[in-house]
Amino acid sequence: MYLLEVRDLTKHFGGIKAVEEVSFKVREGSIMSIIGPNGAGKTTLFNCLTGLTKPTKGKIYFLDKDLASLPPHSIVKLGIARTFQNIRLFREMTVLENVMVAQHSKAKSGLFGSILRPQGFIDEEKTIKEKSIEYIELVGLEDFTNTIAGNLPYGSQRRLEIARALATEPRMVLLDEPTAGMNPQETSEMMDIMKRLQEFGKTIILIEHDMKVVMGISDRIIVLDHGIKIAEGLPDEVRRDQMVIEAYLGKETH
Amino acid sequence: MAGNELRVTSSKNSIFKARPILVALWFSILFLPFKGAKAALILFVVLSTSIVLSRSLLSYAKSLREKGQAVSNRIRTIKLSTRSLFVARYSLLLILIALPFFVRDYLLDIAILTGIYIILALGLNVVVGFTGLLNLGFVAFYAIGAYTYALLNTALGIGFWPSLPLSVGLTALSGFVLAVPALRLRGDYLAIVTLGFGEIVRLVLNNWDSLTKGPNGISGIEPPYLMGISFWRLSNYYYLILIFALLTIVIIKRVYSSRIGRAWIAIREDEIASSAIGINTPMYKLYAFAFGAFWAGLAGALFAGKMQFVSPESFTFMESVLILCMVILGGLGSIPGVILGAIILVILPEVLREFQLYRMLALGSGLVLLMIFRPRGLFGGKSVSLRS
Amino acid sequence: MLAQQIINGLTLGGVYAIIALGYTMVYGILELINFAHGEIYMLGAYAGIIFFGLFTAIGLTSYSLPLSIVLTLILSIIFCSSYGFTIEKIAYKPLRKAPRLSPLISAIGVSIFLQNYVMLTQGATDRVFPYLFGAAGFDFIGARVTYLQSFIIAISALLMLSLHFFVARTMIGKAMRAVAQDRVMASLVGINIDTVISTTFVIGSGLAAVAGMMVAMYYGLVNYSIGYIAGIKAFTAAVLGGIGSIPGAMFGGIVLGLVEAMGAAYISSEYKDAYAFVILIIILLIKPAGLFGKSTEDRYK
Repeated sequence: MYLLEVRDLTKHFGGIKAVEEVSFKVREGSIMSIIGPNGAGKTTLFNCLTGLTKPTKGKIYFLDKDLASLPPHSIVKLGIARTFQNIRLFREMTVLENVMVAQHSKAKSGLFGSILRPQGFIDEEKTIKEKSIEYIELVGLEDFTNTIAGNLPYGSQRRLEIARALATEPRMVLLDEPTAGMNPQETSEMMDIMKRLQEFGKTIILIEHDMKVVMGISDRIIVLDHGIKIAEGLPDEVRRDQMVIEAYLGKETH
Repeated sequence: MAGNELRVTSSKNSIFKARPILVALWFSILFLPFKGAKAALILFVVLSTSIVLSRSLLSYAKSLREKGQAVSNRIRTIKLSTRSLFVARYSLLLILIALPFFVRDYLLDIAILTGIYIILALGLNVVVGFTGLLNLGFVAFYAIGAYTYALLNTALGIGFWPSLPLSVGLTALSGFVLAVPALRLRGDYLAIVTLGFGEIVRLVLNNWDSLTKGPNGISGIEPPYLMGISFWRLSNYYYLILIFALLTIVIIKRVYSSRIGRAWIAIREDEIASSAIGINTPMYKLYAFAFGAFWAGLAGALFAGKMQFVSPESFTFMESVLILCMVILGGLGSIPGVILGAIILVILPEVLREFQLYRMLALGSGLVLLMIFRPRGLFGGKSVSLRS
Repeated sequence: MLAQQIINGLTLGGVYAIIALGYTMVYGILELINFAHGEIYMLGAYAGIIFFGLFTAIGLTSYSLPLSIVLTLILSIIFCSSYGFTIEKIAYKPLRKAPRLSPLISAIGVSIFLQNYVMLTQGATDRVFPYLFGAAGFDFIGARVTYLQSFIIAISALLMLSLHFFVARTMIGKAMRAVAQDRVMASLVGINIDTVISTTFVIGSGLAAVAGMMVAMYYGLVNYSIGYIAGIKAFTAAVLGGIGSIPGAMFGGIVLGLVEAMGAAYISSEYKDAYAFVILIIILLIKPAGLFGKSTEDRYK
């Protein structure tokens, strides 16, 4: 079953064609990687999928609903979460608070609930806290629960961002260069986390430059160059694709 | 650590690097045309000696600060047991309740004023401190609350209690109405638009003579009555304010530690990330504006009931700045910090009555110094930082 | 009637435009709403009165009026530029890397400080500028134009043109434009950012000084609180023309002056000061990032 279907997605900024008629489908529970040189339009594609920018043209179907006109917070509610290339944590909040705030749309209590504090409110807060601790444990940050997020080391910040994305209880997670700037040890830990997510049934779309990660983990790969999809297929097919080698891998492997 | 911090702050300000005599001379020349040669000469002497002195003081302060750091670290590490916190809290409450029995009316007056400003500052803190939106026209909401009660009471004869929900509701609504269009703006433009809103409200109050009696203001407003108790008596009004201030503190604290408060802080920290985790950011910014305005409306109605008189003069831009100072001084976003800020800025001018004239001068330079040396406020903890 | 309002509007608009230039140049380079700029204009008005008074006392005015006006103007410019320079060094420079609302709050502090500083040293009552030009003037397409009005319009136009050429042609002007476009790149090609920022403040303050003195001559009365409203109006003018743009500030100032003159004549003079706010709010609501708004994809990375 396909979870996501993108049809002829196009995004122009003034005269710049950031994404041009890109179409692809993502199967539920799979890991799809998007690769391509810098400026290929990968992050713009993510921004369209999460509602941060409105596509110029094209359709995005998630569970048969068109996302193109929805605001970001509604898209999160439908079950898409993401991380950012330049980590965007709530730096002055603790690790726990970062994850707790992400369960915002799962909770219901309103102004009067929070003022009068009925049993329902107290239970809900308790559930939020317990679940948050589970997500923190999942990414291995349980020793830093009360640390201010801005004070975490770089690699841990990336992991916290994933925990925060998971706390929105998504069906699909978009990860924008999750291993950027990491050493080999941290990278392989990150790959473990992604595999674990797949075991939990999450669908993953991954933007990644590290070919070891991409080839080691992806079910399918699509390749963007100057906003155009130039190839799509299994990792082995993409590796052998002549256009891809010319546009991208050729430069990387030599 | 402390030494390092000191070096950073002193290198921040180039005055400390230049030659003291030249600096003093420069400022004296700038001062000369305004007050004449004699005053400029005095300024020169005072400035040059104080700069030289402050240099040597600075190295002394360095060692002092290291000591201070140790002390404050110790204070921070003393874990107040819940029991001693409980005792401290209730003894403070007892003192506040007993206050009217052993202080003069003058002090009670100040206490009432402090209470009103605490409510105002806590309201503004929701917008500026929690959500990170700079509102420079907060006084407009205070004015709307005050005038609504004043008009309902003097024109229609409606009492304080039935007017209160109307006053407060109308103020919250006006917060909402301003916020709907204004919240699309970037931080600094939002600040200017709120300032414009404040000015427009004041100009309307000043010029709509048939309704507001213009600059003369509205007098003869009744103080509240409740079950035969008149709050015209100062001590009764004090209790009324005490109850409302405590209510404000409790409610704002509770909302702060709920998912609504978390959403506000998240928006302050990173608006884009907030929307990417499912927070309806425009909606929550609206909430913050209306919720903040709500408290200004309450403070306004209480102010009108206390003074029994309102005029546009009480609602100038300087008043907005004063409330903003209370929020920033104590520490943006920190509830105890804001309360302390309000107390300090109400009481300090009363204590330093002889220097009344210099009050605004000090407030202005205080803002600059705070931004440079303590942007987190005097007691600022982890909550912090103005973002756009 | 209409022609008269246009002349009045142009006079006022020229003054707003000159103050607006200061806002727009600083915003273009630092992205800071220099809230204290209106106070510099107020200082300029006071400096005009003080220096002119000095020349009257030593008898220069009765010897040659034009010479003493020119000298007063020059001294006021130097004086206000020094203030602008000093304010930037004390209140804004330490905050260059701070979150962007911090310098704005610092600027509000400076503004309050300067108002009260002038009130304490010069008194809270109005100061009078000697009535120099009288009501003498000439008739022009059915409107009465005083010599003072034509002087103000001419000086404003002259200053705008010179600034335009300064920014377009001179080395430091080009450096200013480079810094406004990309501060990091500008510093990489060897432009001294501090010098450029200081120059911007010096020029902006000098212009404000001229505006202040012209207004003192026009209205004859000066008060320590005139800077606040004038500042807001000039800022509106800058936003109206697209903040950061120098020709825009000139255009915005003139439009605002005309709107105010018309509004005061045909709608209500009591709300004279409100028109600027209403215009400002309307523009910002239509174009939330200001008339020249930037939006880049990088924000979302």
